[in-house]
Amino acid sequence: MSHPEPDHFAFDADSNAQIEKIVARYPEGKQASAVIPLLYIAQKQMGRATGSAWVPRVAMDAVAERLSMPPIRVYEVATFYFMFNTKPIGRFHLQVCGTTPCWLRGSDDVLRACKDAGHLKGYGDTSQDGLFTLSEVECLGACVNAPILAVDDDFYEDLDYDRTVALIEALRRGERPQPGSTIGRQTSAPEGGPLVLHDVPAAGE
Amino acid sequence: MALADKDRIFTNLYGAQPWNLEAARRRGNWDGTAAIIAKGRDWIVEEMKNSGLRGRGGAGFPTGMKWSFMPKQSDGRPSYLVVNCDESEPGTCKDRDIARHDPHTLIEGCLLASFAMGAHAAYIYIRGEFYNESVTLQAAIDEAYDAGLLGKNAAGSGWDFDLYLHRGAGAYICGEETALIESLEGKKGMPRLKPPFPAAVGLYGCPTTVNNVETIAVVPTILRRGATWFASFGRPKNSGTKLFCIQGHVNKPCNVEEEMSIPMRELIERHAGGVRGGWDNLLCVIPGGSSTPLLPKSICDDVLMDFDALREHKSGLGTAAVIVMDKSTDLIKAIARLAAFYKHESCGQCTPCREGMGWQKRLMDRMVEGRAEIEEIDLLENVTRRIEGHTICALADGGVWPVQGLIRHFRPLMEERIAQYKARHTTMPMAAE
Repeated sequence: MSHPEPDHFAFDADSNAQIEKIVARYPEGKQASAVIPLLYIAQKQMGRATGSAWVPRVAMDAVAERLSMPPIRVYEVATFYFMFNTKPIGRFHLQVCGTTPCWLRGSDDVLRACKDAGHLKGYGDTSQDGLFTLSEVECLGACVNAPILAVDDDFYEDLDYDRTVALIEALRRGERPQPGSTIGRQTSAPEGGPLVLHDVPAAGE
Repeated sequence: MALADKDRIFTNLYGAQPWNLEAARRRGNWDGTAAIIAKGRDWIVEEMKNSGLRGRGGAGFPTGMKWSFMPKQSDGRPSYLVVNCDESEPGTCKDRDIARHDPHTLIEGCLLASFAMGAHAAYIYIRGEFYNESVTLQAAIDEAYDAGLLGKNAAGSGWDFDLYLHRGAGAYICGEETALIESLEGKKGMPRLKPPFPAAVGLYGCPTTVNNVETIAVVPTILRRGATWFASFGRPKNSGTKLFCIQGHVNKPCNVEEEMSIPMRELIERHAGGVRGGWDNLLCVIPGGSSTPLLPKSICDDVLMDFDALREHKSGLGTAAVIVMDKSTDLIKAIARLAAFYKHESCGQCTPCREGMGWQKRLMDRMVEGRAEIEEIDLLENVTRRIEGHTICALADGGVWPVQGLIRHFRPLMEERIAQYKARHTTMPMAAE
């Protein structure tokens, strides 16, 4: 391991409250089902506490203990699924979708903008100021709004080079632009407004 | 003729109205749910069979028949419905809209489908990247509990029903039903051998049916308006309305609900503003998400968008994600990127997939450059045939089909690329001084 691992992790009050609700979703004796949700909770807590949302080994051990699982079963899950960061990351996780539907709509420009504006060398890099980590992700499932950049849990859609640069500069200033289409589209409707669904009873009628 | 607004199931597809219960009720959700349940389990399954609904997750298996495989009498084990919202097939983004804009159609569908299968509990497995969607969906579930639509005596039906949301964490393979079950049990998402099928041994070893989000979300409307209404759309055996995701090189990419069997050209031109640069600028279309083989323009000119028509052309409807590519596309690179996707997403359990997806990607990367021998096109095709059908699940099949489609329809393009590379890299004999 090339990064420092903390030697202690304990769930805080916020996390404990969530854990109680989540474990109750699964039948008696099947609490291992909660392993993914608990790893998320650990990762979020690390983000709150340190500004870097990742899951250190000691947090995996805490999940194992809480769910009465052998630690190896938790390590397996934490390393199998792509969304758990097993080493420290930057304050903002820039995730460029590079799969064909986004690539056809210009994801190479989004990648270039991330490198330029975030001062990043390429995928896997974290900027020197610790603000940004750049990752390539596979299809995010928002393809009619391609290309997409996910910043942490938020999708920014219909991007091009300039709008990606503007987004990253806003993040650097401490702003959090509204997620969704960056060209003002109504979600997945065609640009210019929906061509269908005009004849639906409006809310409030 | 285009589908009329009065015949649309997803009346809040674009989120023009609030997703909440009050607005959903005004759109007709949760209307007479208890009365439908009062008609009984057999009536619901029969009505679903008669509607002709085929699963919307890609495989197109008849839904009513799938439900009928669930045990009629419990042997002591509970039954489960698991709803697959691990929407990850490249190109597909329809279930996202249902989760964030029309969650109550899905929740009501979960109750009706679970009742029809004797299940008192259901899990919705949503892909981890859909975080904001999961927040909305959970809020809608909470709202339904508060209104008595879920829980004990759900919606006044006399049926006790609990619905839970479970987030995945970024693994395409978890869209495969047995991998999804493994993941839901807290393990790595590695598919199980079948048989036993989930209807016999599924979640926690209990009878389980896994259905796609869209499949479950259309159930309430089908049961309210009748099987005959739903079956009146599309060609026989391809019934119903369907969400299409039209993207790539079109003027106005969008999601839209349309009638099954609509001509591809009409779908693209009516709803997505046509192909960039006009229809004649079309190179090819991937008709149903990344794993369905591409179709060249000559087929796209008049092919219908349904299961059987696309299968006749050795492709498929899949998830109805229509990926359009115009003549400016480096098609070999577009398909090579899909090969990279499948390599990344292979769970590594079966050797032909674990090794094959990597091998295929590396050879496709050379094909992009043209750094290959002409005979290697045949070798590539041959190896894809040795991978296909030799693994536990269909990921590897879906991984080789795009490459097979490329070779089937665009072999000359690949040969030309190789010839160009050779021409650039032939060492010229030194001229005599």
